[in-house]
Amino acid sequence: MKVVLQNLTKRFPSRTKNEPDVIAVNDFNFEIPDGKLIGLLGPSGCGKSTTLNLISGLEAPTSGKIFFGEDDVTRLPPENRGVGLVFQNYALYPHLTVLDNILFPLQNLKGPEKLSKQEMRERALHAAKLVQIDTLLERKPSELSGGQQQRVAIARALVKTPRVLLMDEPLSNLDARLRLQTREEIRRIQQETGVTTIFVTHDQDEAMSISDMIVVMKDGVVQQIGAPQDVYDNPVNLFVATFLGTPPINVFDGEIKGEKLYIGGEAVLPKPGLPDQKVSVGIRPEGFVLDENGPFTLNLSRVEVMGRDTSVVSTHPKSRNVTIRSIIPTRNKVDRTAKTVRFSLVPDKVHLFDEKTDKALGTEEKP
Amino acid sequence: MNKKSMKGWLYLLPAILFLGCFMVYPLIDVLIYSFEEGYNSASQTYYGVGLYNYSYVLRDPYFLQAVKNTFILVVITVPLSTGIALLISLGLNAIKPLRNLYQTVYFLPYVTNTLAVGLVFMILFKKTAYTDGLINLMLKWFGAQSVDFIDGPYWAKMFVLCFYTIWVVMPFKILILTSALASVNKEYYSAARMDGTRSFRIFYKITLPMISPMIFYLVITGFIGAFKAYSDAIALFGTDLNAAGMNTIVGYVYDMLYGNSGGYPSFASAAALILFAIVLTITCINLLISRKNVQY
Repeated sequence: MKVVLQNLTKRFPSRTKNEPDVIAVNDFNFEIPDGKLIGLLGPSGCGKSTTLNLISGLEAPTSGKIFFGEDDVTRLPPENRGVGLVFQNYALYPHLTVLDNILFPLQNLKGPEKLSKQEMRERALHAAKLVQIDTLLERKPSELSGGQQQRVAIARALVKTPRVLLMDEPLSNLDARLRLQTREEIRRIQQETGVTTIFVTHDQDEAMSISDMIVVMKDGVVQQIGAPQDVYDNPVNLFVATFLGTPPINVFDGEIKGEKLYIGGEAVLPKPGLPDQKVSVGIRPEGFVLDENGPFTLNLSRVEVMGRDTSVVSTHPKSRNVTIRSIIPTRNKVDRTAKTVRFSLVPDKVHLFDEKTDKALGTEEKP
Repeated sequence: MNKKSMKGWLYLLPAILFLGCFMVYPLIDVLIYSFEEGYNSASQTYYGVGLYNYSYVLRDPYFLQAVKNTFILVVITVPLSTGIALLISLGLNAIKPLRNLYQTVYFLPYVTNTLAVGLVFMILFKKTAYTDGLINLMLKWFGAQSVDFIDGPYWAKMFVLCFYTIWVVMPFKILILTSALASVNKEYYSAARMDGTRSFRIFYKITLPMISPMIFYLVITGFIGAFKAYSDAIALFGTDLNAAGMNTIVGYVYDMLYGNSGGYPSFASAAALILFAIVLTITCINLLISRKNVQY
């Protein structure tokens, strides 16, 4: 089931007269293709949870429309939309067993949809098997680990075979190891059921790793939509560039002069076709290549060995971050006693942004 | 005994001393009194030891009347007051504007003196040579016969006592239940809404189990409180409760000690211990039921 959001806007009235209204979601337009896993990504307070609540129907939009397929569901109450929602804290009923929790949505069905006890049980068991908790059915939620509770919550959301599955920060309550495991699990469940799934996260790793598409939001406004790799490789503005990637992108004050990019006094990269101007330069950590004769000189602070690769921490007067972090393969040895370290740059990994508007320069803008 | 546990006992000493002096010792004393037959408090002498006090009390028509009154009071007021308090709390929880005002209004009876409230009730319900009282006036508007609720038939007096008791105990229950309702995580309601749960089912399947520990707490303390009712009856019907036929068990104990027919500590002790046995039994039953039904 594809989901279409049309000029979706949500305003919250301000608490005092002097403050302006809060626009949590501002003119959101997006068509989510059928059967895809979509990550809504942004820093906290960017309106991603509100967007999810609008799609679920827990909140009504101020203006704009929501379609599931061809149906306009904007004015439908949540129960008639056919959505399953996994809450951030799971919201499992603590006094009911796992099985009763999963059965709960089915027991609410009435009229022609009403199921026999046998059918309900079968569907609940099917959902439980899908998320691999079929051995825990008689337990209470308090007797389950965080990851297991998460699965129960997913099973409960899936048991009514929703048209759209929504997840609010599905991994935020899990520890790091479980997070890795669970996100693959979410991917598997999504692919097995083929249900269009939208999940909210502030963790870009999470969103990048399992989504078919990510939507990056900031202050209620959609910044960029696209496949994770595309968005990472071609950020449309400085915010998207800094928000995606760990370690984060390194930002410098730079200048284009005579079709060359200057940072400080050094011409670090040729940039044909761009007029002379001041620019913000974003360089991904993996965009640095250790090169004794490289054009870009940084003051070496320290070298951190990560095992798989080496992280070189350095400073530069034109850097907007306190330190610059570059990732290089371990086989390249850095002279730790040296005061400076020289790099050449990988052109793809260097992004230029307009100094005033923060919009990307030089790369063709992707919608 | 090592040094550490010595220290522990030292900390406990004040409480143990006070409880021992003012609770354990009198309790044992009461137990002893209740078995001493024909005890005379002036000469501090008694004839013998036995169960006569108990058999006397259990055959005393005043005591039986008091037991009957107390049980009627308990059976009517505890479920009704808890139920009505739950309804009011649900209502309070559902409204936003003026909620604090209403909460204050509902809490007012709790901070009002029992005897003062009793006086007000008496004026509302009493029928005198000069006036019928407000309630009777209202009854007359609806074409009913006026009744003297304070000195009239038994059912009328019992009605006033129950009405009064419910009115007095309600604020505390509302206070507890509104805070219990407010502490239920809103996400459960959102989850239930997502699943299209009808509101009665939400109440029955989610709200009620979530606040069940508080409800059981109120029922248990409500039972104990109602069994110990006394001042309410005094406030409404005056000190000679036996004559009014509205005595309670605690009232009977008091009368045996200090009333017109006072000076019978042995009978009072026996009655007090019978009350203790009743309350203990009921509380145990309550706890057993709650352990089965409060699931988390």
